[in-house]
Formats: sequence, C-alpha cells, structure tokens
Amino acid sequence: MTRNTTYALDIALVIAGILVIWQLLHMGAGDVAISSPAATALRAGELLASPGFWPHAAETGLALLYALIIAVLIGLGVGTLLGAHRLSGAVAEPILVALYSLPKITLYPVILLVFGLGLEAKVAFGAIHGVIPVTIFTMNAVKNINPVFLRTSRVLGMGPMQTATHILVPATLPEIVSGLRVGFSLTLLGVIIGELFASHRGMGFLVMRAIGTHDVVTMMAVTLILAVAAVLIASTLLYIDNRLHRRV
Amino acid sequence: MAGEIHARLSGVTRVYPAVAGNPPVHALGPIDLELRRGEFFSIVGPSGCGKSTCMDVLAGLSPPSEGEVAFEGKPVKGNVPDGVGAVFQEDASFPWLTVSDNVAFGLRRQGVDGAEIAKRVAYALGFMGLRDFAQAYPAQLSGGMRQRVCIARTLVLQPRLILLDEPFGALDAQTRLLMGDELLRLWRETGATVLLITHALDEATMLSDRIGAMSARPGRFLETIETGWPRDRDSSMLEGETFGHITGRLWQMLRAESKAAMGYGSEPGQADREAG
Repeated sequence: MTRNTTYALDIALVIAGILVIWQLLHMGAGDVAISSPAATALRAGELLASPGFWPHAAETGLALLYALIIAVLIGLGVGTLLGAHRLSGAVAEPILVALYSLPKITLYPVILLVFGLGLEAKVAFGAIHGVIPVTIFTMNAVKNINPVFLRTSRVLGMGPMQTATHILVPATLPEIVSGLRVGFSLTLLGVIIGELFASHRGMGFLVMRAIGTHDVVTMMAVTLILAVAAVLIASTLLYIDNRLHRRV
Repeated sequence: MAGEIHARLSGVTRVYPAVAGNPPVHALGPIDLELRRGEFFSIVGPSGCGKSTCMDVLAGLSPPSEGEVAFEGKPVKGNVPDGVGAVFQEDASFPWLTVSDNVAFGLRRQGVDGAEIAKRVAYALGFMGLRDFAQAYPAQLSGGMRQRVCIARTLVLQPRLILLDEPFGALDAQTRLLMGDELLRLWRETGATVLLITHALDEATMLSDRIGAMSARPGRFLETIETGWPRDRDSSMLEGETFGHITGRLWQMLRAESKAAMGYGSEPGQADREAG
C-alpha cells in the first residue's frame, strides 16, 4: 500500500470513529439534545442551499479574516521586536504567557462597551485571541535563530535588508507558520464566542438562535459546517507547517 | 610571492566587557601574527584559550580591544573585508535551500551573473564531491557532507584568505582525515592563504606549513613551529617519523596549558568560562 492510500485510510477511520460515537451519543441522549449524524448532515445541506444562510457565513468569514489580519500583523511586528531585543523579550514573555492563559471571555463585556455591538467587537475579540500565540511563536523564532547564520551573513557582506529577506524570513518561517496555525484556531474561537453573545449576525448567532427556538438539528448543523470549514483550513496550515519543518 | 605578509595582527587583545554581574573576560592576547601569502597556518590551543576569538578579530567579525588588524595592507575595521571567507564549527548550511542553492547563495547576494554562478557552483560541487546531492536539502545529508556544503559555499566566492574555525570539530576521526586531504587539495588549487583553528594536534601537524601553539586564556602564542612539509602532501604523512615528532612537541608545549584550562593548578574560576 502506498503512503497516500494509508493516509486516506487513516482519515476515513477517524471520520468513521467520530460518526459511530456521534450516533451512540444521539441514541443515548435523544433528539432533544443531540441530533443524529444523518439528520444533521441533511439539515446542513439544506442550510448550504438556502440563500438566508450565506450572509451569516460571510459575516463570520469577514470577521475572521479581519481578526486574523490584525492578529498576524501585530503578532509578527511585536514578536520580531521582542525576539530581537533580548531584555524586552525576557520581560514580555511571562506577561504574554499569563495573557495567553487568561480566560479572555472575561474581557468581552469591556470589548462590547468599547466597540459596540457588531462586527468591530467580534473582530477585536477574535484578534486578541489570535495575537498572543502569533507573538509568542514569532518572538521565539527570532530569538532562537541560529547565530551562525547571522555570522555567515556578515562574512558574505550582506546588508540588513538582505539579511532580513534572505536569512531572517526563511529561517523563522517554519515557526511562524506554526504560530499562524495556533493563532488561526484561537482567532476563530474568539470570533465565534463573540457571535454567541449580543450579536445578531454570523454563524455563532445562528447557533444561539437555534438554541433559543430549541431547533437542535439546526444548531448541530451549523456547528458541523463550522467544524468542517475549520478542520479544512487547519489541515492545510498543518500540511504547510509539516512540509516546512521537514527540512529543518 | 613567498614571505609576503597577507594578513597581520599586531598587539591585538580582546577583552569581553562585563555582563550582568560577571567580571570582564580577558580572552586573548596581546598577540602578534603574520600570515604569509599562500601558507597554511594552524592555531592550536586548549579549549577556551581564545583561538576562535583570534579568528573573529582577524575576520573583522569582532573588534580588537587593542591593537591593529590588517588584511592585504589595509586595516580591518567593523566589516569583513572582500576576499576573506570563513567556515565555522557549527553547521551553517541553510536548511531551507538545496545544496546547490546553498552553494550559490553568496554569489547571488553579490549579483554575479547567472551563467558564471552556474559554472562556479558546478565546479565547487564537483570539487567537494557533492554533485549527486545538488538537489538534496541539508537535512538529508550527514554532518560531514553539510560541512562540505559550507566549504563549497565559501570556495565559490574565490576568497584569498580562508578562515576555518574547527570546521571538522563535530566529525569522527576518519572523516576528519579525509576532509583534511580535501582541504589540502583545495588549498593547493586555489592558492589561497588558509588559517585553521583546531584543537586536534594531529590535524594541525598534518595540514600546516606553520603551527601557532596558544596558551590557556588569555591566549598568547607560546611558539610557532615550522613543519617543513612540501606543498604537495596528503594524510599519508601520518606514517612518517616527523609527524610524531611535531605532534609530540606540540603536546609537550600544550600539556600544562590544557591542564590550566581544565582548572588543575590554576586560580579557581580563571579557566571555567569558555571564551571560544
């Protein structure tokens, strides 16, 4: 068997396992709490075909995109500075780690008061989730760059710009992609949590509305669509991440 | 050509300033060193004696605290002068580039034209026995092969002075002997001046025209030995009697220094920090 078919088989087994557990949970808990995989998939198909669904998906997608851009730009910038300046990095690291483990949901009321109800609050909440891992990974990548690479750049008479583009960027890229991967998952989490409260658009809102009307199958279907989208994006990032790390 | 001074250190010392409560470290000197154009010079000495510092100062990677550095008659200040190449002990091959791109790296940064790059890279890959691995990534190669990639990367720039900081330090003894043969071949064919930093006395004896033996930190030259080897030589001289004599004399000189560097019979704390 080739490596690719083994890989496909692994994925099929994982999906089959999830479906079996899901079906068992459904049979245990009943339709009032967990809809069956088949019913959920059908409902998801209906949602994807209905025009009313797409504005909500677009709202979440847009919020995620904005939040990611903000998280990545700030994370890369701050991370690079902290990584390059040892003392700042040493001071900032414990603070970042503390912020990382802080349950940020406690800040959501503050965010809502500052940004109001709507897209801005979701973007801000998503960004504060994603920015910390991107910063930490970038900082460590820059800090741990092999010093002999920098010596080599000096021996080759390279200027700061050449060193940045031809050594710093490629040398740190694998770690930074790892940071993006973690950052993506957390940014999505932040955006969805933001939509669960005090929101009237987006995928999170659809989930909350379905809970409100006790429409279990719709609630599960929206969650399924979100999960599939997130897994696809995260797998792509993981694939790139693995490819880059294989060379190191 | 013979006897012309190619690079010179005069009255050079290097003191690393105090950091975070540690006292300043006097790593090197004062030393004087004259490298003759086209010679193979090795520096041996106990660990932490400042050998690598000496190379850094000569390359312009690290400023001397006192004294003058000159390469081809011009003072070395702040930057690595054109015509100086260096290979380090650590693996400096770039993991994100193929072997061929690694070797071409310096030439591309200098804006050499494509045809010339291709020609020089092909020659260097052939010379270092890397032709079959041109499209491989360093992660697929052994440590010795990666070090050859770094040597090839330096070689293509056609340096007139090649500085080697324990380039084979991480390799096993037999691979080191073979790499030594390749180094001699490279030295003969390029006509470059070579300065080799090493802790291996046999390696220094086998490769060098002259060997500078350095004291424990702060490193100073105890004595410079002329080996008298012919220019055309290889590792087969290991069988000869002279080889044993020279290596023996080096050890005689360095034995006490190495003990001092390890902390026997010296002031406590004097030799406990690596100065490189």
